[in-house]
Amino acid sequence: MTFSANFSLVLPEVVLAISALLLLVWGAFSKKTSPVFTGASVLALVVAAAFAIHGPHGHAFNGVYSSDAAATYAKVAIFLFSALAIVLGDRWLAARGDQKFEFHVLVILSALGMGITASAGDLISLYIGVELQSLALYVLAAFRRDDAKASEAGLKYFVLGALSSGILLYGASLIYGFAGSTRFADIAAASHGAHGLGLLFGLIFVICGLAFKVSAAPFHMWTPDVYEGAPTPVVGFFAAAPKLAAMMMFARVLGDAFPDAVAQWRQVLVIAALLSVFVGAFAGLAQTNLKRLWAYSSIANVGYALLGVATGGEVGLHSMLVFMVLYMVDVTGFFACLQALSRDGKPLETIEDMAGLVKERPGVALAMTAFSLSALGLPPFSGFWAKFYVFKAAMGSGDVVLQWAAVIGLVGSVVAAFYYLRLIKSMWFDAPAGVVDKPQPTARAIGFAAALFSFPIVLIALVWLDPAAKAAAAAFGHA
Amino acid sequence: MIGLPHYLIVAAMLLTIGVFGIFVNRKNIIVILMSIELILLAVNINLVAFSAYLHDVAGQIFAMFVLTVAAAEAAVGLAILVTFFRNRGDIAVDDASMMKG
Repeated sequence: MTFSANFSLVLPEVVLAISALLLLVWGAFSKKTSPVFTGASVLALVVAAAFAIHGPHGHAFNGVYSSDAAATYAKVAIFLFSALAIVLGDRWLAARGDQKFEFHVLVILSALGMGITASAGDLISLYIGVELQSLALYVLAAFRRDDAKASEAGLKYFVLGALSSGILLYGASLIYGFAGSTRFADIAAASHGAHGLGLLFGLIFVICGLAFKVSAAPFHMWTPDVYEGAPTPVVGFFAAAPKLAAMMMFARVLGDAFPDAVAQWRQVLVIAALLSVFVGAFAGLAQTNLKRLWAYSSIANVGYALLGVATGGEVGLHSMLVFMVLYMVDVTGFFACLQALSRDGKPLETIEDMAGLVKERPGVALAMTAFSLSALGLPPFSGFWAKFYVFKAAMGSGDVVLQWAAVIGLVGSVVAAFYYLRLIKSMWFDAPAGVVDKPQPTARAIGFAAALFSFPIVLIALVWLDPAAKAAAAAFGHA
Repeated sequence: MIGLPHYLIVAAMLLTIGVFGIFVNRKNIIVILMSIELILLAVNINLVAFSAYLHDVAGQIFAMFVLTVAAAEAAVGLAILVTFFRNRGDIAVDDASMMKG
């Protein structure tokens, strides 16, 4: 394969890398952001998504990088949600008179890392992608330098993130040693049939490292603290694109490198999935801070997505991909609404703050009700369809363990219904606690759009999303 | 004769020391950064030992990447630590407890 043929495959990442560098120089000289700067950052991500859609498919650089339907599906979602995060973050920082151009560059760099992980075909490219994404995210968590909570959140995220990268890497080194190669295709050949203990040992380490990244129990303890301390638009970003990227890593490692060891990794993933669902449901009951509450909600939702990965094969990965995109719309919309609201200039962060919101801001309250009902899994909202796909895949797998896991997961979502309903009750039936400021228009518009997606647009969108995810799921296992 | 198992045992010991350094240490965040470096060092020993054993150069290339990323990681970690210190005036582990629950 010629260099230019390889190059055309990695074009989305090249676009992002060059635009991040150019924007960095531009920002350094102009020393402040402007609407044009924000527009250029968003444009870079949209152009990268367009290249991902229209680019050729194949394996570049001797299989280190694979561009296929799965990579395209994940990248389009990741890049577009990163673009939304730039708009939301820029507005949020502008409202605080603290606009910095670094925010845009860091989001683009983390999107670049996520793109690399989504099409990793080798342990080295996987690691480079993970680190590029994580290093940018650590800085974003501590972006408000003068805020003690934000810097503590950044520090906690950094320490536990670096530990998880180290564990992932130790697993990767064992896999390399016992498979004799870092390429997923060669590892799949080496793990075919009788797989040695060393290889499985490495795989377990890698799964633990990835579970940290995706905040699945029992490796979730950083999530509530980081979500509470980090700036609200950054949390909205954390809960969306990086989760899909980490799920793609799971799918890449398990589907591309260890397709024949299903029996071994399925039990590990089922345990992690059920633990996540229950930690998310029960620990969330005691929370009053909404960002903390949504951190537990995201842990529970990661559990359902992991159930899809555990089901494995085309059907399981299909359900995971649909689930993640529907979840990303919900969570982005929720945090957009949350960042739009304030009272006397102070952000609304607890359930009590939301009391009587429907009388003052009926539109935003309605949107947040839609997100809560969707996260609860009530039909006809998008969250119901997301869970429907996962449970259907698990029930149809013919594996008794997975079928019981689906039943237990359903019980977990009933428990979690309590805290979603408590938020709705506070918004609709409690007495208002004071006058809410005029919502920030851009964030509110994005929140409304996401709420409309949650219902009814989701019914139309699924017609297009379902075949795209199906094609993406079929692409795994051909590394 | 020192063979592959010896290197793997040293690496496993370094990994264990690193992980314990993060969880047991209750004093100083700088010690945590050192523990993280220790974990990455363990990985590098593993990679280079396997690379020599397999007569395959990929492991050494991987080790180079790990070294580079470790440097970047330390830089970012120290930068975050500086902002934390500016806000608190201290870097004791027990102080990082504004958020609990």
